[in-house]
Amino acid sequence: MGSGKHTEHWDVVIAPTGTWWKLGIREIWNYRDLLMLLVRRDLTATYKQTLLGPLWQVLQPLLTALMFAAIFGMMARMAPAGIPPLLFYLSGVVPWTFFANVINRTSTTLTGNAALTTKVYFPRLIPPMATTLSTGVSFLIQLGAFFVIAIGYKVSGNYAWNPGLALLLLPVLLLIMVMLAFGTGLLVASLTTKYRDLGFLIGFAVQLLMFMSAVIFPLSGVSQDSPIRPFIMANPMVPLIEAFRTALLNTPSDLGALWYPAVIGMVMLMVGVASYQRMERSFADVV
Amino acid sequence: MTMGSDRDVVVRVEDVHKRYRLGTIGRTALADEIKGLFARSMGRPDPRTQITAPGESQKQGEYFWSLRGVNFEVRRGDILGIIGRNGAGKSTLLKLLSRISHPTKGTISMRGKVTSLLEVGTGFHPELSGRENIFLNGTIMGMRKADVARHLDEIIAFSGIEHHIDTPIKRYSSGMKVRLGFAVAAHLDPDILILDEVLAVGDAEFQKKCLGKMKEVSSKEGRTVLFVSHNMAAVKSLCQSAILLEKGEVRYNGDTAGAVNSYLKGDADVDNYRHFGDAYNTDDFKLIEVRLNPKGRSYEEPLDEYDEVEIHVRLEMKQAADRRKMTFVLSNEEGIEYFTFSNGQSDAQLRNGLNHLVCTFPKGFLNVGGYHLSFFLIEDNARTVFREDDILAFHIQEGKRAVGSWLGREPGFIKPRFQWSHAQE
Repeated sequence: MGSGKHTEHWDVVIAPTGTWWKLGIREIWNYRDLLMLLVRRDLTATYKQTLLGPLWQVLQPLLTALMFAAIFGMMARMAPAGIPPLLFYLSGVVPWTFFANVINRTSTTLTGNAALTTKVYFPRLIPPMATTLSTGVSFLIQLGAFFVIAIGYKVSGNYAWNPGLALLLLPVLLLIMVMLAFGTGLLVASLTTKYRDLGFLIGFAVQLLMFMSAVIFPLSGVSQDSPIRPFIMANPMVPLIEAFRTALLNTPSDLGALWYPAVIGMVMLMVGVASYQRMERSFADVV
Repeated sequence: MTMGSDRDVVVRVEDVHKRYRLGTIGRTALADEIKGLFARSMGRPDPRTQITAPGESQKQGEYFWSLRGVNFEVRRGDILGIIGRNGAGKSTLLKLLSRISHPTKGTISMRGKVTSLLEVGTGFHPELSGRENIFLNGTIMGMRKADVARHLDEIIAFSGIEHHIDTPIKRYSSGMKVRLGFAVAAHLDPDILILDEVLAVGDAEFQKKCLGKMKEVSSKEGRTVLFVSHNMAAVKSLCQSAILLEKGEVRYNGDTAGAVNSYLKGDADVDNYRHFGDAYNTDDFKLIEVRLNPKGRSYEEPLDEYDEVEIHVRLEMKQAADRRKMTFVLSNEEGIEYFTFSNGQSDAQLRNGLNHLVCTFPKGFLNVGGYHLSFFLIEDNARTVFREDDILAFHIQEGKRAVGSWLGREPGFIKPRFQWSHAQE
């Protein structure tokens, strides 16, 4: 029954020089059920046995925004006039929470899933993709909470919330942010297998970066000739957070500056995937 | 090679090498790296340098070749055993076949859906219910969600925990978790199954249900199984052919019995035949040889737990043979003495001249394990004329057992077949 044509067809070839720069989209597609189940596991298992359950998804950024509003808004007067400080901070904290969580969670996927990866094969990009997706779901819930609160302001007549067409930019902004955070997270994940110190550093670094990312202040609050302005502008998250505010609160910002995070995001994604795929191949040998 | 037979090859392993770096490379902290850099710049040796024993052929500097040029092929429907001692490269090969690790050189090619079972219940999450974990574990093992859903009722029935299937598995006993894992494993339905022995010998229930079924399916539907093990009973019971790994190379590739025999012959402690020459040649007696063999077969054949084992002694007595008796003491590998036996109470008495005495252990008397024999020549039931400790060391290996029966070692040292009687009352 064998014909010469089919004799050299192999379904699985295990060789030393793999194509580590490749995403392996087809393989990932074959494992899409696993991806979705891992997302569901993340979302359901995390809040089992907690009293408030998924409400924590909303409470965390809300309490953070409230605290920022109280400290930076009311006391330090860093929030711009005319916008309720709660809405101003929420519009920065929600995307930032997503960004920070994606970096932190993807950066631990190689070490965190060692029990799985040393026992069974599946595309190794699945776990970081799953955590990114589940973090994305949390982000959407939090975004929903923002809209509820904003509408509440509008209905009660305290603030005339009136988002413009820029609201339609949200998917693009989300995409850029995913590329940035996912790529950085993967790069850190592959480096932490070699240098454990980085694991501690990254959580701290992301936290510090927030204070430079226009989350607690509007970019307009940093004057053009301020000595720290170049540093602020070098941070690709600044145009992104500003654009999120434009989309959510219709505040003016330079949307043209988005090319910068978009390019950095694409570079980070490629570097991150390449280094992750490369490190993954030797990971099982060093655990 | 005809095209037809080539078509049948579903696993091809070609010139596979695997090199490991010694030590905990890759887990270094940044501080260590900096220390190393600092030391080198100061002209001192890098503190991270591994100290390795010289003369180890598998080791080269800080590298270790776990596999060195492994080649073999498996045809559709084969059940191939992969055996070898600890460190022979079995686990490495298992990891490569499972795609957990990658070869340093060479290729492994496989046809069809490959599933590798190194443990059961991989990815179980304690907070999720049994049902949710079936889906999670099934998809981790490469099943589609729809496949799991289609087999869900069977899997739940197989696991035997229908009543608790919606309870979080952190409330399960460890036995229940294992059963749930086995239930999923039994329904994976791959073309090529790579199996670690831990699963095969751990649970008799699983053997009965899964391995029996697997063997049946492999012959009927052409499913291929690669079984990595150092349990000879399991290999003999399941596999038609086997390869023996030694120091990272294939030393034997052929039928199971041959592989198991060369595996045991490679054991330096096993010596079923000793010819003494003039070593024990006195004015009194000359001990010529002592050997052990399964009844009716050569001493070169391994002894297994179902054999009738014969001990042959050839001894030339030069004087006073009628006052002397031969006594043996059987002990285990730890030196614990099990029992003493002698020709004293038998009709086979020593005579002057050349004696050839045979002592036969009843069929299946000795349990699986390593044994030592000590030899004594006793005069007048009182005085030791000659004594030689550990005159022979031998090993009783696992016999071929029925699939589904217990494949581990039965407890105890001997398995005497006592006389039983029965009366209906």
